Amino acid sequence: MAEDIGDGAKAEQFAQPTGFAFDAVSEAEITKVVAKYPPGRQASAVIPLLYIVQEQMKRSSGSAWVPRVAMDAVAQKLEMPPMRVYEVATFYLMFNTRPIGQFHLQVCTTTPCWLRGSDAVTAACRKATGIQGWGETSADGMFTMTEVECLGACVNAPILQVDNDFYEDMDAERTEALIAALRRGERPPAGSMAGRQGSAPEGGPTTLTSLDAQPAE
Amino acid sequence: MVKVTVDGIEVEVPPGANVLQACEAAGKEIPRFCYHDRLSVAGNCRMCLVEIEKAPPKPISSCSYPVADGMVVHTDSPMVRAARRGVMEFLLINHPLDCPICDQGGECDLQDQAIGYGMDHSRYAENKRAVKDKYLGPLVKTVMTRCIQCTRCIRFASEIAGVPELGATSRGENMEVGTYVERALTSELSGNLIDICPVGALTSKPYAFVARPWELRKTDSIDVLDAVGANIRIDARGPAVLRILPRVNDDVNEEWLADKSRFAIDGLKRRRLDACWVRRDGTLQRATWEEAFDAIAMRLDGATGDRIGAVAGNLVDVESMLALKDLMATLGSQNLDCRQDGAAVDVSRRDFYTFNTTIAGIEDADAVLLVGTNPRHEAPLINARIRKRWLALSGRMPVFAVAPHAELTYAVHWLENTPRALATLADESSDVGRTLRSAKRPMLILGQAALTRPDGAAVLAASWQLAAATGMMTPDWHGFNVLHTAAARVGALDLRFLPGPRGKDFTGMLGGGVDVLWLLGADEFDPARIGRNTFVIYQGHHGDHGASRADVILPGAAYTEKNGTYVNTEGRVQRGFFATYPPGQAREDWKIVRALSDRIGRRLPYDTIEAVRARMEQLNPVFARLDISPHFGVSDMTPPAGDPSAIGTEPFLPLFQTYYQTDAISRASPTMAECAAIYRPGMAVAAE
Repeated sequence: MAEDIGDGAKAEQFAQPTGFAFDAVSEAEITKVVAKYPPGRQASAVIPLLYIVQEQMKRSSGSAWVPRVAMDAVAQKLEMPPMRVYEVATFYLMFNTRPIGQFHLQVCTTTPCWLRGSDAVTAACRKATGIQGWGETSADGMFTMTEVECLGACVNAPILQVDNDFYEDMDAERTEALIAALRRGERPPAGSMAGRQGSAPEGGPTTLTSLDAQPAE
Repeated sequence: MVKVTVDGIEVEVPPGANVLQACEAAGKEIPRFCYHDRLSVAGNCRMCLVEIEKAPPKPISSCSYPVADGMVVHTDSPMVRAARRGVMEFLLINHPLDCPICDQGGECDLQDQAIGYGMDHSRYAENKRAVKDKYLGPLVKTVMTRCIQCTRCIRFASEIAGVPELGATSRGENMEVGTYVERALTSELSGNLIDICPVGALTSKPYAFVARPWELRKTDSIDVLDAVGANIRIDARGPAVLRILPRVNDDVNEEWLADKSRFAIDGLKRRRLDACWVRRDGTLQRATWEEAFDAIAMRLDGATGDRIGAVAGNLVDVESMLALKDLMATLGSQNLDCRQDGAAVDVSRRDFYTFNTTIAGIEDADAVLLVGTNPRHEAPLINARIRKRWLALSGRMPVFAVAPHAELTYAVHWLENTPRALATLADESSDVGRTLRSAKRPMLILGQAALTRPDGAAVLAASWQLAAATGMMTPDWHGFNVLHTAAARVGALDLRFLPGPRGKDFTGMLGGGVDVLWLLGADEFDPARIGRNTFVIYQGHHGDHGASRADVILPGAAYTEKNGTYVNTEGRVQRGFFATYPPGQAREDWKIVRALSDRIGRRLPYDTIEAVRARMEQLNPVFARLDISPHFGVSDMTPPAGDPSAIGTEPFLPLFQTYYQTDAISRASPTMAECAAIYRPGMAVAAE
């Protein structure tokens, strides 16, 4: 059943599953999340629940997305109108309302990342995966590349977020290497790919390098 | 009260009011798109910007800014004007300039306000945004490219209609208003979306490309397709009624109108009786008025009064019923009835058969018990009032129902669906009974499905006793309500269009109980129940059930074609006015009866509608009290006739199979037929 959900995106045809049920892992997480909100306010848990759905879809189908039936399941769980769930799920770009590849390459192209070379990261992603444009999935079904707004890690720009992991200080070469590693089934540790610690200066500390305290004159 | 100065004019407004309301109190018109005084405040269109002294030095959206004492507001300063022009320019970036082919043209808020704040050209050279149209069912047409995202429709659907099916999906440039999943809106109030949409995004599907507002002749009238008596405006061009819009009456319909009342009007052009017909040799043949009257006169000649009967239908005006009642009296007949459904009624007191709390009074109630009724189908506007009250009490107003299960748009505790539940509730020990007793102003709504059963009189008496026992009736509160569905019913009861002391009721007149049966717009029964040798005169406007069995058909006028008095379920007397001429030979109904009385030598003593109305007032002074339905209490608890212990054990059944087809007009309407096919009973979602 390919239905047009009219969300303004390209009229790409894909199949919506006809049913969705939370599995045991999800149910356990839902209980934990819903307990954080006062009784009668459980609708506040809609965003965490959509994440739980997306993770369950990743576990069960290999593609982290939120099908429409799952939004209905969330609505039923939280006793809210389905439309209110649709609104949230389509508003936040973190929720994929259509199937994606095994790995979700999210390139930040906001000004700091762009100044620091996000164009090169994008080009490298294209080259390594064969993807042409934003939102597309590679022919082998492994990668989907999307453009995202500021990820809030500008000090380590540019950023390539793969699924939930931030890979920082990217350039073309590191991007291609990362994608090659993902293809091999490896998952390099997240963080700075330039080897610095957190957002500390490259090549080691530049301040507080000695223990001698110089009192101000 | 808070003192506010608007453009030098000092006004006093209640605390909690917003600046926009203060400006209106000062007589200043504030342009707006998203603000609507019956909906929650969204504050997203930014058109109502004003300047407020000693507030943040920027334009402030007046609809979402509360008033404060001593506030000084400027609604026409250079900053305000520039800001509104800027907002208008942004709104017009993506709004198509397709006014010539837009049905909203001429009554469009955006068009009107662009006159005041629009530029004569656009600085925007890029492509406009295009949005795919949505399917919202057979009544509302969408052109979503025109949407300015004011979200009024979303708020109306979730707040007033109680069907949270509309929403805004995606965001920014891609934001769209719709249902996400293609489905028809499951509301009986969906037509109001057309009225509240400030642009041409939501327009009427049946009225698409039919007329421009300035071509229409506008007539105030009263709706008759349910017993709420909604105030309407009939828009007609030439001989055709093209659309019906609600008029504001806060005591009845606020500014809303139910879909059947709004969209059944294409039924006024179909299956109409536009000529007299007389049955000759077994078939109906066209005739002149003289021939039809001759046929009736011949049959009435020699018939005795007790073998003549008259039945008034559900859509007729009081004037016609009065004329027919008087005619029957001159013929010596007491066989009158207005209840084709056989509803139990006790007319010894008016509050035994009216909606005594009044519709506006629902907003004072704090507990509701529904008995044998589905107000959403029987009176959608009353249902919306109950929902309004339920929302005002934060969803904590207890609503109980002894009725078949239905989705009523508010939380309902469903009790055992048999009349026995009434006896249980009256018991001191029942929890529900206690809840009702502890409420300050509880009310009971008794539907027609509970009264049209063999034990109807018992249910009526038991309900009254329950209301008395649970404190629903006090000297300043009357919580006993009968919800009618026929627009003519309360008027007919006020007129006592009922069997006389020795008269036959409706059932008694069928099956050969009378020799001559006069049906005045009576269509809600199986005509096969009429005796084979009964001579049937059908007077009415549609070739429906009643006309099919008639021996003489007298073409009458529909409610849009005559001046008529109607009494709504509250007992509110209201008058509708003539908007278009009835088709062909058809005439106003009281005049037909009057003309016939002359022909048979029993001339009725009135020649003008004023004289008819004087006679109505003489019979029952309530007809002189126009458009009032005062709150009143009750101190005499004597119950209506009926033995409360005789209640049966059968469950109450739904009154209507479908909301959309309940009378001759809506059955003749293709739009209503389409709705009935899409919104099948028990099927909430309709896939396109």
